[in-house]
Amino acid sequence: MNRSSGWVHEAFAVFAKDWLLELRTRVALGAVVLFAVTSVVASGFALAPPSGVPAEVKTALLWVVVFFAAVAGLSRVFVVEEETRTADSLRLAVSPTGVFVGKLLFNAVLMWGLCLVTVPLYLLLLEVPVRSASLFVTVVVLGSTALACATTAVGAIVAKATTRGALFGVLSFPVALPPLLVAIHGTKAAWLSGGAWRVATGDLQVLVGFILVIVPASLLVFEHIWSE
Amino acid sequence: MNTTGKILTGIWIAGVTVAAFLWLPPAQGFRSPEAARIVVFHVPCAVLTFVAFLVNAVYSWLYLRSRHPLTDAKANAAAELGMLFAVLATVTGSLFAMEQWGSAWNWDPRETSIVMLMLVYAAYFVLRGAVEEKSKRARLSAAYALLAFPAMVFLIWILPRIVESLHPTNTLFSRSGLDPSYRITLWSFFAGLLAVFVWMFRLRLRVELAEARLRQQHHHDAVAEVTLAGETR
Amino acid sequence: MNWQIELRRISKVFDERVVLRDISATVTAPGAWTILGPNGSGKSTLLRIIAGLLTPTEGEVLYLYNGERLTAHQRRQSVGMVAPDIALYRPLTALENLRFFARARGLPVRDSDLLRWLERVQLRSRAHDPVASFSTGMVQRLKLLTALVHRPSVLLLDEPGSNLDEAGMEFIRETVREQAQHGIVIIATNDTRELGYGEPLVRLGA
Repeated sequence: MNRSSGWVHEAFAVFAKDWLLELRTRVALGAVVLFAVTSVVASGFALAPPSGVPAEVKTALLWVVVFFAAVAGLSRVFVVEEETRTADSLRLAVSPTGVFVGKLLFNAVLMWGLCLVTVPLYLLLLEVPVRSASLFVTVVVLGSTALACATTAVGAIVAKATTRGALFGVLSFPVALPPLLVAIHGTKAAWLSGGAWRVATGDLQVLVGFILVIVPASLLVFEHIWSE
Repeated sequence: MNTTGKILTGIWIAGVTVAAFLWLPPAQGFRSPEAARIVVFHVPCAVLTFVAFLVNAVYSWLYLRSRHPLTDAKANAAAELGMLFAVLATVTGSLFAMEQWGSAWNWDPRETSIVMLMLVYAAYFVLRGAVEEKSKRARLSAAYALLAFPAMVFLIWILPRIVESLHPTNTLFSRSGLDPSYRITLWSFFAGLLAVFVWMFRLRLRVELAEARLRQQHHHDAVAEVTLAGETR
Repeated sequence: MNWQIELRRISKVFDERVVLRDISATVTAPGAWTILGPNGSGKSTLLRIIAGLLTPTEGEVLYLYNGERLTAHQRRQSVGMVAPDIALYRPLTALENLRFFARARGLPVRDSDLLRWLERVQLRSRAHDPVASFSTGMVQRLKLLTALVHRPSVLLLDEPGSNLDEAGMEFIRETVREQAQHGIVIIATNDTRELGYGEPLVRLGA
């Protein structure tokens, strides 16, 4: 077997295994989707026209919902391994890089799924006029990916802590804040601006840049988190 | 730091404080020129907050490489001091903002940055409280510090793009608007506070070593032994 | 082939608790060895250190193949381990577990191969049942199978016979005998029935 490509098939094996587990137990999906749908419905109930809430507030609220739904579910991939004592089986078979990339892919797909459910529902219930749909979709995809990248390693830290409680939320927030703010900014442009793409180019670049910085940083420290 | 150093630092800071009121002219161009003197204390505190954050990240990295308990204690001490100076910078900044801009809080990028740094420190301390085993605590908190560091650099870099700033830019190094005596007083203050920083940092490490010595007296403790072995280095 | 594992002055400390102190030993293939000692003497900890699951506070474990040190990747490829606190994925079926560990290790295996493997441990008929529904003995046999799926040169067993009936013990005995002919087996135990599996390597105090 080729060693350099080793972690690629490891990552895909971990990714496939995690989805198989998730579809059978629905621990993360249940938490994430329930949280998202409940909070979107509650927001829609309170803020739908004719409440007169400005669209700026709605951009922030959308990402707050997405972030907290993520907090409800993204640490599960690591916490489950520690709780069911399968983490050591994984350590014996798979390199730390393979584990991290597999879990990151899982979380990214989970975030995309979350947005696929939440965002259309949100647009529908809160009656938001979207001026540039193409830009909005791009911001949502990049923003949710960046959130997954920011919080996956934090999830691994939380899984190792003695008392987990609300730890994931507390630790994720500072790391996830930069992409969160930029995503809100970009969403505002997509909803309200005329030449939206021109306004938001910088935001998209920052989101991509953030992913390109935080993923290598996570990979660098992950081995120290994962190995005892 | 020996007694002479401590006394000199005390005299130095007292001297700079007096100079800030008697020698420093009121800053024209501000809404209340007299109150603007607080800047010479405020800015060094803010700078030290960022210095502490950098020191914490560096020791966190060194810890992951060496796994030496004393290096972890250094990272922690830097974070604690960072939190202290962040609070000082925020309080002095808010006081001045009340005078200058009419409200204590304006969501200015630098205000927001420093609050985010406080949040990171808070999260760091919460994490340390949530892990019992010492070496694991050191490992996880170092890893977290190294994740938070690039995120914070990003935040500090992007915030001004998103929000308008009230703070003047680039005053510290080149600015014709402010009287040069301000720059002199400000950096003198910085030197004094930096000395305090170093002194408190070492004091914190001495506490750590004393605790290790206590543990070693009560029962054979290999971690304490390793910690103490680092003392001589 | 020439396999060798060297334990060099291993110590492990959890906070104030010294679990292992200055342990050195050398194991050369082929053969079987035992780590002996009462409960709480650090057998599992030592085995986990040998497996690379735990970093010793001091000292190191060297894996040598023809005198060359193995990389972390090579070491993962050549070690299989079974321990009470190393679990399988209970919601997944026997076949899915086996398939995951084979694929994660980069083995190009087909399901027909895996089913033949399951046949060997009398789990063929339960291949499509979730592990959660298995008895202790069945789980133990499946664990042993996943530890052997990549044909490791080094097999580490922590209390392999606990909760097993006589038929299960016979299966373990056979596996150990087979592995000891071409590779290395290290067994941590204080079960008198398992003492005869190999030569004592380390005897730990309480």
